[in-house]
Formats: sequence, C-alpha cells, structure tokens
Amino acid sequence: MNRTALTPTETWALPLAGLATLLVAWTAIASSGLVPSQFLPTPLAVAQRFAELTTKPFAGYTIQQHLLSSVGRYLMGFGLAAVIGVPLGLMMGWYRWLDDIVSPLFEAIRFVAPIAWVPFAALWFGTGIGGPTLIIFMGAFPPALINAYRGARFVEPRYIEAAQTLGAGSFRVITQVLLPASVPSIVAGLRISAGLGWQSLVGAELIVASSGIGYLLVKGQSSISTATVMSGMIAIGVVGFAIDAILRRVEAMIHARQGR
Amino acid sequence: MRERGGHRIAVALASVGATLVLWYVLAATGVIPASRFASPKEFWGALQQVNGPGYADAKLWQHVLQSCKLVLEGFAVAVAIGVPLGLAMGGSRRFEAFFNPIFLLLRPIPPLAWIPLAIVWLGLGDAAKVMVIFVAAFVPSVINTYTGVRSIEPYLIEAAQMLGVGRLAFVGEVIVPAALPHIFSGLRLSLQAAWTTLVAGELVGALRGLGQVLNAAAQDIYPAMILVGMVFVGLCGGAMTWMLSVAEKRAMPWRAA
Repeated sequence: MNRTALTPTETWALPLAGLATLLVAWTAIASSGLVPSQFLPTPLAVAQRFAELTTKPFAGYTIQQHLLSSVGRYLMGFGLAAVIGVPLGLMMGWYRWLDDIVSPLFEAIRFVAPIAWVPFAALWFGTGIGGPTLIIFMGAFPPALINAYRGARFVEPRYIEAAQTLGAGSFRVITQVLLPASVPSIVAGLRISAGLGWQSLVGAELIVASSGIGYLLVKGQSSISTATVMSGMIAIGVVGFAIDAILRRVEAMIHARQGR
Repeated sequence: MRERGGHRIAVALASVGATLVLWYVLAATGVIPASRFASPKEFWGALQQVNGPGYADAKLWQHVLQSCKLVLEGFAVAVAIGVPLGLAMGGSRRFEAFFNPIFLLLRPIPPLAWIPLAIVWLGLGDAAKVMVIFVAAFVPSVINTYTGVRSIEPYLIEAAQMLGVGRLAFVGEVIVPAALPHIFSGLRLSLQAAWTTLVAGELVGALRGLGQVLNAAAQDIYPAMILVGMVFVGLCGGAMTWMLSVAEKRAMPWRAA
C-alpha cells in the first residue's frame, strides 16, 4: 500500500481541489443549458434562494420559523426518549425479571422502521406536534435504552457489592452506582439517539406535518423548485451537524471529568 | 447457565403471550376504540384481504417483492461503488484528502431529506427510490470500509510487502480480508438505512410496495391494514438483517469460534 505522507502543498491543495471539482462540475452542468435550471440551479442560485427564504415566507413561514417549529418537535420527541429510555434501561440492567419481560417485546418492535409509525402517529396524535413527536420518539428511543442497559450491565460488580455491603437498597444502587458508572455509555447512546431522531423528524415532516423544515421540502418539491429543496437540505444538514457537535462536546467534557 | 437460558425463553414467551392476550381483551371490551387500533380478529381479516384479493392495487407478496427488489438494487449499487471507494480512500492519502471534504459536506444531510429532490428529478417511479436508497446506503459503506483499511495492523502490510506479494493479491488477500469485519458492520448500517429510506420514500409516494400499503391504509383510516403493513415492514427488515449475518459468517469462517 502506498500511504506516503502528503507534502505540505498537497495537504491543503487536495481537499480544496475536491471541493472545487464538485462546485465546478455542478456549475458547469447547471449553466450549460443541458438541464433546465428549474431542475438543477447553479450553486449561486441556491445561495440566493436560501437568502430569500430567510426573509420571504414560503409555505406559510420563513425558513427560520420552519426550523424553529421542527426543533421544538424534535426536542420534545428526543427529550421523551431520553427521559423514558435511560431510566428504563438502567432498571432493566438491575432487575433481571424486568429485562426478561421487556426485552422480547422491545426486540420485536425495534425491527419496525420508525418511519412506519407514520400512519398510526397521524391517526392517534394528529399532524401538529403529537404525530411527528411520536415518530421522533420511535427513532430516538432504542439507542437511549440499549446504551443505558449495557452501561448498567457492565458496571464492575465490586462497586455494586460495596454499595450493598454499606446497606444501599435497589433504588440507591440504581441512582448512585449504576447511573454515574454508566454515564459515558448513556451519553454515547444519546448521541446516536439524537442523530436518528433528527433523521426521523425529517421523515415525519415529509409526510404528516403542516409546518417545519421537512414540510418546506415537500412544498418545494410540489412546486418543482429545486433551489428551495436544496436550501432546505442545507438547513437540515447544518442543524443536524450542530446537534452532533454539541453532544460531542458534552461527551468530551464528561470523559475529561471522569479522567479517561 | 442452561437452566437460566430455559427460564429466559419461558419468560419471553409468557411476556409476548400475555401482551397478545391483553391486546385481545382490551380490543374485545372496547377499551381500545376500533377506530384507533385493530383487534386481533380485524388484523387477521386484513391479512386475509391483502393476501387473497389484494389491497392498494396488488397482493401482499407483490408489495413485499417490490419493496425488497428496490432495496436490494439500491443497496447493491451503493456497495459496488462504496466499498472500492472506501478501499481506495483507506489506501491512498491523496485519494482521501481529495474526497474527504465532499463527504464531510454531504454526511450531515439525512438520507430521507433526499427524497423530495429525487422526486423532483426522477418522479414517483422506481428510479427515484433507487436513487434515495443508494444515497442512504452509500455513505456507511464508504466510511466503514475506509475505517477498516485504516485499522489494519501495519505489521500485516509490511509482512505481505516484504514477501513480495503482487498488487492484486495484496488487495484481495490481505487488505480486504483484514478489513472485512468493519466492511460488514458498514453493510449492516447501510442495509438498515436503505430499508428505512425505502419505507419513507414509498410513504411519500409510490404505486406499489409496503410503504404504499401503509399510505393507502392511512387514507382509508383502516387500522388493521396499517398494522399488517407495519408487521411486514418489521419482518422484511429482520429477514434482510438475518441474511446479511449469515453471509457475514460465511465470508469470515475464521471468526466462527
């Protein structure tokens, strides 16, 4: 294998060349007239459209307002998944009987793609906040539960024994031994949850919502405005990236505090 | 240990059985309203209907076949391009430096967000779905292959090179087998993403497929059929994951203890 180190010039020139190739090819195809600009706008046209969306409402709202309603739903679905998933996971890690009862049901439901809950979500909770929230929850819940469970199961037995010797009951073992010891695993799980939740939100809003960034995409699609669709995709990517960056920060802070 | 395993299975069966009984009782007594959820009997009826006369313009097996076919097509194309690209990026720093920024740019966009773009470009037919599945499955296969190559122990590479192995044999007999565990975990992620994306794509608009069953059932407010659709989404997803794990065991016989 030829893993020779890059020269200093190559270190900055090659990534730049990669991006430039993408942009140049895109611009060339878009402005060559081979494809109608309605289907493939130039990068510049997309940027202009994005700027326009921040001031002029599309599908009822500006792009910031769409994002705001998406993030609201997202925080609710993700929050519920964390608040239910983490304690349940810890308890399943402690009580064997609970593990034996819940695991088979959980495994059966987990195979169903979160997005397949869309019809029931709409039927049960409507298309406002409730329906999309359920779908986000379904996407974000499994990793939150599984990682809390694994964290609790792999706590060193001597910690638990020490706590029990000193007279701690089940409740104190869970909250004061299992929970702190499995924090790294829980946070790693929540990072996966956050990503899957965001992805499920987009899917939910494509199908059942009447506002939000996914709704903006659908409206852009039905009015065949590729520039609008691409602007929405960029916004989704930026927010998704920001969520992951924040959680990565939290993860690093926790690892630093625990001295790992 | 064995006793414990037997106990676990018994509790698992009891748990699933109790849930089914509870479902039956709650539906029969009207605690769950029929307009919101199906009773076991209605579920069975809906299954008979889609299996026999058909629902949403096709029979059950045709829907299943359509969905599975699209997923496998998109997945196959993604793997055929993604794995070699990942190998190349892992093998050459220049290649990596060139392609990495493009990936960093595209990766945060969830595959589902490509659905509207695919529909604008290719319409509601199969081509749009295969495109979206390709996007969904492509990124995990590239990234995991790349990680796999990068994590090969240098002494393996040095030993092979010292023994004067040819270029082709080097890739085929050293790099690929050593990276195979990572490649397969990438394929598993790819397949999951492909399946989710397909269901979403069909929900947004399709003529046939399991997503279309869900869609039609939602519009008809037919909870039993929604449930049938969901059960088969789960079964097909599970079956595909299982087939991949069989392939994984076959491909890496040396790992089977």
